[in-house]
Amino acid sequence: MDKLPKWADIALIPAINLALALIVSGIVVAFIGENPLNALQIMVNGAVGSTYGWGYTLYYATNFVFTGLAVAIAFHARLFNIGGEGQAQLGSLGVALVCLMVPWPHWTLALPAAIVGGAVFGAAWAAIPAYLQAKRGSHIVITTIMFNFIASALLVYLLVETLKVPGSMAPETARFPEGARLPDAQAVFGLFGLSFARTPLNISFIVALFACWGLWLLLWRTRLGYEIRAFGHSEPAARYAGISPTKITMIAMLISGALAGLMAINAVMGEQERLIQDNVLGAGFVGIAVALMGRSHPVGVLIAAILFGALYQGGAELEFETSVPREMVVVIQALVILFTGALDGMVRRPLESAFLRFRKQPKPGVAAE
Amino acid sequence: MGFIDIIPILDSTIRLATPLLLACLAGLFSERAGVFDIGLEGKMLVAAFFSAAVAAQTGNVWLGLGAGIAASMVFALIHGVASITFRGDQLISGVAINFLAAGMTVLIAQDWFNQGSRTPSLFGASRFGPVDLPFADQIASIPIIGPFYADALSGHTILVYVGLLAVPATWWVLFRTRFGLRLRAVGENPGAVDTAGVSVVRLRYAAVLICGLLCGLAGAYLATGLAAGFTRDMTAGRGFIALAALIFAKWRPWYALFACLLFGFLQAVSNRYSTLDFGIIEIPNAFVLALPYILTVVILAGFVGRATPPRAGGEPYVKER
Repeated sequence: MDKLPKWADIALIPAINLALALIVSGIVVAFIGENPLNALQIMVNGAVGSTYGWGYTLYYATNFVFTGLAVAIAFHARLFNIGGEGQAQLGSLGVALVCLMVPWPHWTLALPAAIVGGAVFGAAWAAIPAYLQAKRGSHIVITTIMFNFIASALLVYLLVETLKVPGSMAPETARFPEGARLPDAQAVFGLFGLSFARTPLNISFIVALFACWGLWLLLWRTRLGYEIRAFGHSEPAARYAGISPTKITMIAMLISGALAGLMAINAVMGEQERLIQDNVLGAGFVGIAVALMGRSHPVGVLIAAILFGALYQGGAELEFETSVPREMVVVIQALVILFTGALDGMVRRPLESAFLRFRKQPKPGVAAE
Repeated sequence: MGFIDIIPILDSTIRLATPLLLACLAGLFSERAGVFDIGLEGKMLVAAFFSAAVAAQTGNVWLGLGAGIAASMVFALIHGVASITFRGDQLISGVAINFLAAGMTVLIAQDWFNQGSRTPSLFGASRFGPVDLPFADQIASIPIIGPFYADALSGHTILVYVGLLAVPATWWVLFRTRFGLRLRAVGENPGAVDTAGVSVVRLRYAAVLICGLLCGLAGAYLATGLAAGFTRDMTAGRGFIALAALIFAKWRPWYALFACLLFGFLQAVSNRYSTLDFGIIEIPNAFVLALPYILTVVILAGFVGRATPPRAGGEPYVKER
């Protein structure tokens, strides 16, 4: 029997963990000499107080949905994919190649092709650690960390040696052609006669929502999803039921890498419109926090991604208006990972015993089972 | 590339291998006791910041070193509480520690010094100076050994020699003392150690704290020996290279020394030459820099010898009731 009711598991514990992380963050802000409540107000206002704020919040959130889903599906198979960063880098390479190779007439054609490019390259980069874990028993965490560094070295090499515009000093590719540029929120809202500030939020946000829905379908409505979750719950049981560990490890990691790679359609195709060196900017790691906070459920990931998007945009405003540097966001993120991931037992265990005490009191006169 | 070129490269090999070596031995203690640690990077980073910050404030590098070690041990304690007491996921805890360090150091640096996330430059007594080994001048005239001893081996800061001496010390502690025997046992079979009446929790905490101490030395060396002050993200992935070296060394102290020297050598070479031209093939700099990571993947895959980690590594120990 579950020790906790479902609502406590999916809502109460994350809420307490998040509150703890925010309290500690508040102490840090106070230590720097700012009023934590004032800082919170600036951040909330900056993130969701205007269409400008919303635009940036949802732009960041789009990145984090992709990387968060990537970590989440791997978690379901009990694989800790810490290589979202590298997979997203390779995805960006795939997207850039697709966008530059073909003179796209219209973005509606370029987007599906770029989705395929990003997903295939991201998946390919995840495939090697997955294969090594499944077949040779290499620890996937260590190999994916190593692959992050290898990916960044590879990208530097390609940008400096082959992809750079001839004659230019900057290690970046040419700008993508007009037909490969995604419409941003301002243009989309403009079609309906609504005004929206100029932000990098673009059509990829819709793709991110579809990715959430698709992953939910996959995990809870298909046989494959069942096999992935069964494998994650108990490998021996899954093996006994005829589920191939190799197959599940490979498939889960391929989907994970593909999702991480898709981040590039938002960041590279939607915003930068060219391939630069640092295009992921840690979003691969934010995905870990997002997946942990969202309890690896697509809806939870979406909510957590928007929260983290707001945090990133609010953090930028905080730096603008106070003496608190943007790195405050990294600290909050670290605390969220620490409390929701590593220190989960600190909240869970006392809560479990509290719930047991309230529920299990046998009625007088009834024999104990 | 003649012999004259080799000496400065060996000199910077030792220089660059030292932080890797100290961090690698730190990871060795922790992982031999069954606690995975991907937070080496973060612990080095806080140690680098606090050693530089305190050294800059007080003008005394030894106080800086103490502060660096203390900060690193506080982070080690967080890792210990999360992964030993609350039996949380050690990998996730390590990730959190890396982020916490990356954010905290910049935050506090900006608050204390207002110099855009760096500490003031260190000089004089607030930095570790070179130490000349005995007889360096006399031996220098002997061919081959002389220049090697006088220019490559001598003239480093004290922490370099501490790092080199830490190798036999680690070996001795792990393989010649009762504490070491128990520490290794707790990483292989904590149940057996518990049955023998030895506290698994206490041993693992001890290992994690030793790890914090050594990471503290590594970080302090970075900011007060190798460089003159703290700059943002100055560890630059060294914690992960140390992790790679640990796997390369198959969790053994002497092998760790050679792995770190090899990775230090690769770094030294790539710092000096932008590309390596062997006539037939030209090796790009990016490849040399990525080589430690590539080698680690190859080793992990078991293509060149098999690296078997401690058996109970990564698993929290639950006492039987």
